Amino acid sequence: MIKDSGMARYALWRLAGLIPTLLIMITVAFFLMRVAPGGPFDSEKLLPPDIEANLNARYHMDEPLLQQYFRYLSQVAVLDFGPSIQYKDWTVNELIGQGMRVSLTIGLAAMVLAFVFGTLLGITAALRKNTRVDYSLMGVAMLGISVPNFVIAPVLILLLAVYAGWLPAGGWDWGIASMVLPVVTLSLPVTAYIARLTRGSMIEVMHSNFIRSARAKGLPESLVIRRHALRPALLPVISFLGPATAGMISGSVVIERVFSIPGLGSYFVQGALNRDYTLVMGVVIFYGVLIITLNFIVDMIYAWLDPKVRYDAKS
Amino acid sequence: MTQKAEQPAIDPFEAALGVSDVKGRSPWQDAWHRLLKNRAAVYSAFIMAAMLLMVVFGPMLISWEPDFTDWDYTSSPPSLASGHWFGTDAVGRDLLVRTLEGGRISLMVGLVATIVSLLIGVSYGAIAGYFGGAVDRLMMRTVDIIYALPFMFFVILLMVVFGRHILLIFVAIGAINWLDMARIVRGQTLGLKNTEFVEAAKACGVSDWDIIRRHITPNLLGVVIIYVTLTIPQVILVESFLSFLGLGVQEPMSSWGALVSDGAQDMESAPWTLVVPSVFLTITLYCFNFIGDGLRDALDPKDHF
Repeated sequence: MIKDSGMARYALWRLAGLIPTLLIMITVAFFLMRVAPGGPFDSEKLLPPDIEANLNARYHMDEPLLQQYFRYLSQVAVLDFGPSIQYKDWTVNELIGQGMRVSLTIGLAAMVLAFVFGTLLGITAALRKNTRVDYSLMGVAMLGISVPNFVIAPVLILLLAVYAGWLPAGGWDWGIASMVLPVVTLSLPVTAYIARLTRGSMIEVMHSNFIRSARAKGLPESLVIRRHALRPALLPVISFLGPATAGMISGSVVIERVFSIPGLGSYFVQGALNRDYTLVMGVVIFYGVLIITLNFIVDMIYAWLDPKVRYDAKS
Repeated sequence: MTQKAEQPAIDPFEAALGVSDVKGRSPWQDAWHRLLKNRAAVYSAFIMAAMLLMVVFGPMLISWEPDFTDWDYTSSPPSLASGHWFGTDAVGRDLLVRTLEGGRISLMVGLVATIVSLLIGVSYGAIAGYFGGAVDRLMMRTVDIIYALPFMFFVILLMVVFGRHILLIFVAIGAINWLDMARIVRGQTLGLKNTEFVEAAKACGVSDWDIIRRHITPNLLGVVIIYVTLTIPQVILVESFLSFLGLGVQEPMSSWGALVSDGAQDMESAPWTLVVPSVFLTITLYCFNFIGDGLRDALDPKDHF
């Protein structure tokens, strides 16, 4: 019972810490965007001053900057991100809703793939430490970490789509075929990283005393691994899931671009280049909240899995 | 105090072993020997040295200028006959020279941005760790907050806001990459500040700032070396990522990321324009990662069973 209340307090304390994080993020992004030279209405031909004034009034861009900032904060507080400037007739909420379904599908699939294969490969390598299997697995894993997404993606397109013709080279139609390449490309570096992490922690765990005890009492090796070694060995992987998500989100910007997928990442880059203030802010806030929430959940799972973590609100 | 008669404690053993001159080894020498035993790291170091030489001196030795357009050979495949050993791009520029020139930019960004992140990270982490208490909590909490931000998005925003100036790329990437360094350095400092030599310095009346500068920082060298070698490939990767999105260095300057991006556009008609810069970039990242790994194993012996 004491443990539970401690954990609840820890959770609350962590939750309270999320608000300043979000506020800082929104503030920095807001002012960065406004400092940028150029505005959303800088089209090739000069707009007549009346029309530009009207447009500015429509998006409240004629107000003083601080007033705009507080107006925006009060909007965000009720989850209204306003109308998009570039995509006329669309609100940012609608755009994010649409892009989110695509991006999260790819991201989630890639994450599951990376977790399953990464841990499997890592455990395999750890159990065959310093053998040829281990060396080749880890060599491949290092390659997975070193070859950037934007190199893997075009190479895979060239080999599997252009030359072999097995898969589409890009586009998105919610069919499995159009998902394979983006998901695999996105998951490769994370798979490699998880494999290395798992191998390291598995080797460390297999040298610990409680594993020796488990062996000494005559448990078969498979049970030693499943019942005793797996849980502590996966702890570092769990805590890596937060940064992994952040990495996948930035990776998805490239992936969506290369495979021309209408996800949040493409909206963001387009929005930033076109000074679509509201859209850029919306995507930044959405991903920020996503990362922060995921980190929070990961920390909670970690605290729950690892009896050594103390819920000390001060540390 | 009277001088004790010299007691040769070691000599008899030496005689028995048949060695005459037993030398102690410093921890750094130990680490060096461990590093040399790591073949992947040693090969990687040689390859990286060769890569550096090629990138620095290669463009001077090749007769093509990087921006010379050879209209007789546009998009020509690698061949010895045309003199374009690695082929040319869509406007007939020699791919090898362009890749080597791009490598200069990529490696320079890697180095400079790493130094920026090193300076920020080490001083930040050392200060937080050394002072501890409320200062530490506030500083590390700030790091946590920045850590939670989708930082790639902020880099993209920065590039859009301040234009694509090469100096800005250094600073922007360095300024976001210091977080890991700060965390690691802080952890080490926490351990170091309770050691006897720091206490001795304090007792002598050395100021906090001088203790951090003269006693703490030199002892961080090991971890810092490891993370510098691991930060360089990260930074190169970020720069290539930005260039790939069209937000990094601008024409006529080039970097590996920009070349890969160009190559990806022409890959169906001229696959070599994708393959050549990709191979250079990948080899570099691969080698740096192996060297970093080797250094970690060598300098951080607690990993050894």
